[in-house]
Amino acid sequence: MTFHDYQLTQIDILESESIHIIREVTAELERPALLFSGGKDSIVMLRLAEKAFWPAPIPFPVMHVDTGHNFPEVLDFRDRRVAELGVNLVVASVQDAIDRGVVREEPNGSRNRIQTPVLLEAVEKNRFTALFGGARRDEEKARAKERVFSFRDEFGQWDPKDQRPELWNLYNGRIHLGESIRIFPLSNWTELDVWQYIARERIEVPSIYYAHEREVFSRDGMLFANNEFCRPRDGEDTFIGKVRYRTVGDATLTAAVGSDADTIEKIIEEVAATRLTERGATRGDDRVSEAAMEDRKKEGYF
Amino acid sequence: MTAAPETTLVEPSANMDLLRFATAGSVDDGKSTLIGRLLFDSKSIFTDQLESVERTSQERGDEYTNLALLTDGLRAEREQGITIDVAYRYFATPRRKFIIADTPGHIQYTRNMVTGASTADLAIVLVDARKGLVEQSRRHAFIVSLLRVPHLVLAVNKMDLVDWSEEVFEQISHDFTNFASKLDIPDLTAVPISALLGDNIVSRSENMPWYDGPSLLHHLEHVHHASDRNLVDVRFPVQYVIRPQSTQHADYRGYAGQVAGGVLKKGDEVMVLPSGLTTRIAGIETADGPVAEAYAPMSVTVRLEDELDVSRGDMICRPHNQPCVAQDIDAMVCWMTDAPLVPGQKLAIKHTTRSARTVVKDVQYRLDVNSLHRDEGAGELGLNDVGRVRLRTTAPLLADEYRRNRITGGFILVDESTNRTVGAGMITGAS
Repeated sequence: MTFHDYQLTQIDILESESIHIIREVTAELERPALLFSGGKDSIVMLRLAEKAFWPAPIPFPVMHVDTGHNFPEVLDFRDRRVAELGVNLVVASVQDAIDRGVVREEPNGSRNRIQTPVLLEAVEKNRFTALFGGARRDEEKARAKERVFSFRDEFGQWDPKDQRPELWNLYNGRIHLGESIRIFPLSNWTELDVWQYIARERIEVPSIYYAHEREVFSRDGMLFANNEFCRPRDGEDTFIGKVRYRTVGDATLTAAVGSDADTIEKIIEEVAATRLTERGATRGDDRVSEAAMEDRKKEGYF
Repeated sequence: MTAAPETTLVEPSANMDLLRFATAGSVDDGKSTLIGRLLFDSKSIFTDQLESVERTSQERGDEYTNLALLTDGLRAEREQGITIDVAYRYFATPRRKFIIADTPGHIQYTRNMVTGASTADLAIVLVDARKGLVEQSRRHAFIVSLLRVPHLVLAVNKMDLVDWSEEVFEQISHDFTNFASKLDIPDLTAVPISALLGDNIVSRSENMPWYDGPSLLHHLEHVHHASDRNLVDVRFPVQYVIRPQSTQHADYRGYAGQVAGGVLKKGDEVMVLPSGLTTRIAGIETADGPVAEAYAPMSVTVRLEDELDVSRGDMICRPHNQPCVAQDIDAMVCWMTDAPLVPGQKLAIKHTTRSARTVVKDVQYRLDVNSLHRDEGAGELGLNDVGRVRLRTTAPLLADEYRRNRITGGFILVDESTNRTVGAGMITGAS
């Protein structure tokens, strides 16, 4: 027998912890679903779910809250991945909710805030009791304080002052009828961990994460693509830039960064060296106020 | 002034290991400054985060950039200048990734620190060099030992304000070591620092030539924690039964879970509790293929040679090394809710992957966490109290002493009407 120090790398430990969390939810909560947007974090989460139940299929559906403001590459990717895994896809459409008069378009055209009632409606309709989300604690300071099992009342609201203590690897998933739990299996992952895992597992991600040429314009210090969702205003000149996306959200809000990183190795190098957080660099939605994320979470947002 | 860093901060790799540590101390001890310093010096604070903190500091009229705002993320915390909840922060050096559980000093102290310490490999207790040991320092050290955090660092901060005095540092270290000797603390290291100026944080301080130990970060990077896990007693709590029910895997039946102790190998003779039936391990599998051995904290799927009735909450162990199958549990309990814990109370209990109901038979004593005095007449435990409790459970737990294994020795108590987690327990005995 060879000497063995029984050491695991930090990526192995993170993977194991996440798989433990996913299995625990499935064992204890009746109707979970996994939020899948086609973004890198939800892609990693879906991969972890696949591993958690292998060789059995993933025992819960995936759900996409579709703002209608999508990057076509990401939507294609979503459909392909869902077909590969043979999981059910539930789409909660913001456009459909607007057409039905459930929510109203906001004056600035962003659908970030109005997607929350659409999400909550879909949860109620499908009677989901637990929703997996790909949020990470390193993303944002309100998220740094949120539990892995985040209890939500019957209105989907988060109460940061009344969270359940989480000790060891013991999670409390007990709820009353109408309440639910948001589950964050990637809580302890950083942006760099996510990319290192994508590299290690050779996971495919949508092409817009890699550097490519795109017609963009500059606004508030961010680079926005010139497309049907986002047009330059007077004085904003478009140009062809080499860019990539660090996050993928509502296309009206998500900006690109100037980048030459067209391979996964280059992305890892870039992420390790960057001096800006991914949300600070690319998300208009978090710039509203110091507590923008906290406020949205209290309303039932992820 | 500090010397050139002895740690080069370059790109972290995926293959480094992980150290989880908790920080204890109040805002006045400079805890937020220390964390800010570690993040800043390891280049883990981003420009936009720093700008946002600077902007908020200015708006509030703070005299200096308040690094506490980096960790105080909630609106109420910023408004009231207090920290409400445990915050988790992340940084990495080429050797290690670190997860900091930053526990607040004021409100709900015990509850938050117990939570943060439960998963920590190491705890940093901060003491203000001008004040020396205070009641809170003793409380912090006690919780570290109660939760059996294997490594403790005493960081004597604000050395710049005591003229970098060796005598001051030695006196505080001496006092602390004296108190710690009454506790169960296997590894204690004391480091004199100035979080504000960066002395002995990343690199060795030139202001304290009399100190010949490592800088704080050097210690965090090199502390040996691989042998903190229990690799002797095989414990595999069954979490989930995997049955694909497809033609391709028609007869597949695997027991999924996270190893809690020992080393499992293919071919090992094992016993399943509580049934007591024995069989052998037919294989240990993951989605990446079979593995020869499994150890904590790996999540794997175990297949057994014989078809036994095994379900969630059962435990796989070795026939000659079993946990106690017990319904009478003695434990140290930390109580976390306003309404007190009293004898006769019924609660839900979650221990490993097993859930049951329990009744409180007796509160044997309440511990004064500052003096370590046992109050045997207390009769109940209030919010943030710690005490020795006897429980009777509706179904047997498969229990180890917490000192032997933190995973198979720890449990949580849940209020059955509110569903809140109201207590944390560390098993001291079971029968």
